Amino acid sequence: MKVEAKMLLGLGLFFGVMCAVYWNWSLENAGGVMMFAGMLLCFLPGSYYYFWSRRMKMRPEDDPNATQASGAGVVGSFPGTSIWPFTLAMGAFFIVLALVFGVWFLIPGLGLVVWAMLGGTAEGRRGGKV
Amino acid sequence: MEIPTLPPQGVTAHTRRWRRVCKAVALPLAALALSGCTVPSFGASEGVTSTSRSTYHLWQGFSVGAAIIGTFVLLLMLWAVVRYRRKGDNIPEQSQYHLPLELLYTIVPILIVFGLFAATIVVENKVVANPTTSVTIDVNAFQWGWKFTYPGSSAVVVGQTTQDPVMVMPVNTDVHINLTSTDVIHGFYVKEFNFSRYALPGVKNQFTFHAVSTGTYFGQCTQLCGLYHSLMYFKVKVVTPSQYASWLATFNNASSASAASAAQTAQQTQNATHVPSKTTASSGAN
Amino acid sequence: MTDVLEHPIETPSHGHEEHHGPSGILKWLTTTDHKIIGLSYTVTSVLMLVIGGLFAEIIRAQLSTPNGSLVSLSQYNELFTMHGSVMIYLFAGPFAFGGLANIIVPIQIGAPDMAFPRLNALSYWLYLTGSITMLAGFFTAGGAANFGWVAYAPLSNSINTPGAGADLWIGGLLLTGFSAIFTGVNLCATIFYLRAPGMTMFRMPIFTWNMLVTGILILLAFPVLTAGLIMLYCDRHFGTHIYSVAGGGVPVLWQHIFWFWGHPEVYILALPFFGMVTDIIPVFSRKPVFGYKGMVFATLSIAALSLGVWAHHMFTTGVVLLPFFSIMSLLIAVPTGIKIFNWIGTMWRGEIWFSTAMLMALGFVVTFLIGGLTGIYLASPPLDFFTHDTYFVVAHFHSVVMALVLAGMAGLYYWGPKITGYLLNEKIGKLQFWFLFLGTQVFTLPLYLLGLEGMPRRMAIYPHDPQWKMLNDLSSLGAAMIGISTLLFVVNVAVSWKKHPAGDNPWDGHTLEWFTTSPPPHHNFYRLPQIRSERPTWDYNHPGHQALAHGKHAPAVPAEKVSTS
Repeated sequence: MKVEAKMLLGLGLFFGVMCAVYWNWSLENAGGVMMFAGMLLCFLPGSYYYFWSRRMKMRPEDDPNATQASGAGVVGSFPGTSIWPFTLAMGAFFIVLALVFGVWFLIPGLGLVVWAMLGGTAEGRRGGKV
Repeated sequence: MEIPTLPPQGVTAHTRRWRRVCKAVALPLAALALSGCTVPSFGASEGVTSTSRSTYHLWQGFSVGAAIIGTFVLLLMLWAVVRYRRKGDNIPEQSQYHLPLELLYTIVPILIVFGLFAATIVVENKVVANPTTSVTIDVNAFQWGWKFTYPGSSAVVVGQTTQDPVMVMPVNTDVHINLTSTDVIHGFYVKEFNFSRYALPGVKNQFTFHAVSTGTYFGQCTQLCGLYHSLMYFKVKVVTPSQYASWLATFNNASSASAASAAQTAQQTQNATHVPSKTTASSGAN
Repeated sequence: MTDVLEHPIETPSHGHEEHHGPSGILKWLTTTDHKIIGLSYTVTSVLMLVIGGLFAEIIRAQLSTPNGSLVSLSQYNELFTMHGSVMIYLFAGPFAFGGLANIIVPIQIGAPDMAFPRLNALSYWLYLTGSITMLAGFFTAGGAANFGWVAYAPLSNSINTPGAGADLWIGGLLLTGFSAIFTGVNLCATIFYLRAPGMTMFRMPIFTWNMLVTGILILLAFPVLTAGLIMLYCDRHFGTHIYSVAGGGVPVLWQHIFWFWGHPEVYILALPFFGMVTDIIPVFSRKPVFGYKGMVFATLSIAALSLGVWAHHMFTTGVVLLPFFSIMSLLIAVPTGIKIFNWIGTMWRGEIWFSTAMLMALGFVVTFLIGGLTGIYLASPPLDFFTHDTYFVVAHFHSVVMALVLAGMAGLYYWGPKITGYLLNEKIGKLQFWFLFLGTQVFTLPLYLLGLEGMPRRMAIYPHDPQWKMLNDLSSLGAAMIGISTLLFVVNVAVSWKKHPAGDNPWDGHTLEWFTTSPPPHHNFYRLPQIRSERPTWDYNHPGHQALAHGKHAPAVPAEKVSTS
């Protein structure tokens, strides 16, 4: 986890320095703001990883001498099959069509999105099919 | 610390190989040095303004660098590909790091980059310099044509697509250009000037040309601006200062505005078949 | 020596479930398996490559005469807009980070799946619907979008480009943009959290490293594009004046936003292909990648610099800070150069096997070298003033993206057997390589000269300058050769369909994907080797041939070791 933290914080720091140089030199706001936001976007997960890397035991994937047995246990919950991603994407598709062809496409669009959200959440509550 | 256990003949083979590589690199370099000052053009031309020549020399410099580096890398690759073809089921030595070498090809490119940057800055300062000038031309791009206005006189040249409006400018004089656009973004590009600049709506882009030889040169819109983008031509006519003065005078003598517009209408009807739907009046005026 | 243990997550229930899942079209619609999603991505994006390629062939045919009349001026504008859009938005990115990365990254790090399998499925469906949306523009009354793939304001506003085609372009881009963002999240989370025990960050294959950096860049860049597109849509339909001078807006703002996404996007496109090549060259040279850590730092520094170079696309606007963007852009040449030298260093004293994948990878390096060197010119503002928006720029980025196509083909020949379980025909593959490689050079090199002769890009006709015809014809010939190479690939897939089983490890691969079966089982692994370097499969198959540190040489003991002299 330390490497991840260092990488993201390093990138953020570089963006910060670059942003300071650029903004002070050019006085152009759009790029300055975007670089500043880029810096924050790196600091956000970076500081999270840094925080936990100091408090957690070393994970087996960070341990150069880990054996495969040390990773025993549940890796995570992986759903089997699910129709909800497809439903959600169809909803998004209709919403985009509403942007082009008329507001009435929002009805099936939002309907599908809400349906997919409910369905997907309920499926998640069941814990998927691991 | 382990002691390298390469066989002695391996060492000599290695040295011999290095000598061959050095020769391969040195020969073209020597040839280049012997050929003297005639650096090849690498496809570009030196153009007809003072800044186009600086740009051209920068181009040559970059090209020489690129040619040397490109040839070097290609030769290295060619050597590796020819020399290290798989011949059997051997497993070669699994070497992975060579720190001095890696540092070398990190630091040398950084030095090259700063060299290129320094050359860039020198030429860039020449190209973007805006000295005070006696001649100013306001260039206004619109869909799909150009309007050249000469502040301080009543000279105006307007033309669309294939009418090829002509921007007249004096030779051996600094000419200040104010470039803007009335609608979308256009590109003001004169090939012989080795220069282009966007015509942006709401922005006045300023730059200076110093033409060193007379002649007529083609210019063209380079930034996609809609349907007739491919036909948005203009010409630049570089004339002697006296010719320029008399050309300006023709506008002052005639009752200027009406004459200009009459000429323009005549030209317009002449080229009516090529003219797209938008009229000069509607796009040029606002 | 090397222990092999049952992978702990492999439980009987998974195999069981696999047999009882849905089949046919329902399986395709409901799958959350990263391999099937990745395969869908790959097939869809290769289809997009073919569609975009067809547009390109029409463009080249139109330009083969000065007064080409194959298509009208407006159709020509639609064609090059959609050619660029399809290739950039719908082929190159999704092929890399949605297709091959989706399949390969989890296997390379010993994970059972992507971190968010359902999000992964959503990514694919958004990508597919986005592609359909964008291409649907051709079937509307006004035709598809015709403002170039960069959609510069104010040309892209509702006055200059009315009609549904432009809106469909925006909508399609919003959908594929979200698809890319979700894939980016998925890649980062997978790589951060699902690595197998012992697979430390500095033991990940370079392809995985590059995909991680790509994921980070996606997360930095794509939200900017999405925001920009929403503002563009508001300008078009809700009467805002964000990009129009009339209402106090700033047209150049669109360019800032677009290129703030657009230049990192160049590396989002390129880094995955760099990664593929960096995995392929060592395998076919039988050596570890030269300068592994240098490679990682080079990738990271490309990512770091990529956020500060966007305005080198805007040098000729006259409103950007030239020296800053010039030096940042020039500096990117340094990590890129490191990569090229590392690739050569990997081959140096290796045992190079010229399989189709390796040839394609070598073709990539050569073509990319040309594209990279000409890119250095464009980082210098005076030279950019000189060549901007001429065919020189077109030639430069076609050298780069055709290099990426070569690398992508290398990836397909290399990992295709792992994905499908069957080898592709090497003879047809090599023929395809020569057509693709030589076609690329015949296609791009005349374009450089055309640019220097002053031919601007996006010109449907060039009646003033008929002397450009010869170079254009040469370029069209190259385009035809590239077209033939694509046909050869299709033929190859058809001819080799289920013919020669690949086996688990046809290339003597280095990384974990070659440890499992071809195609890998559901959740990827029955067992995993100990991971002690970035080449676990190699270490398992060739004990005693570990990578050597600087200055170290292998002890003379191993019997198979033959002097390299």
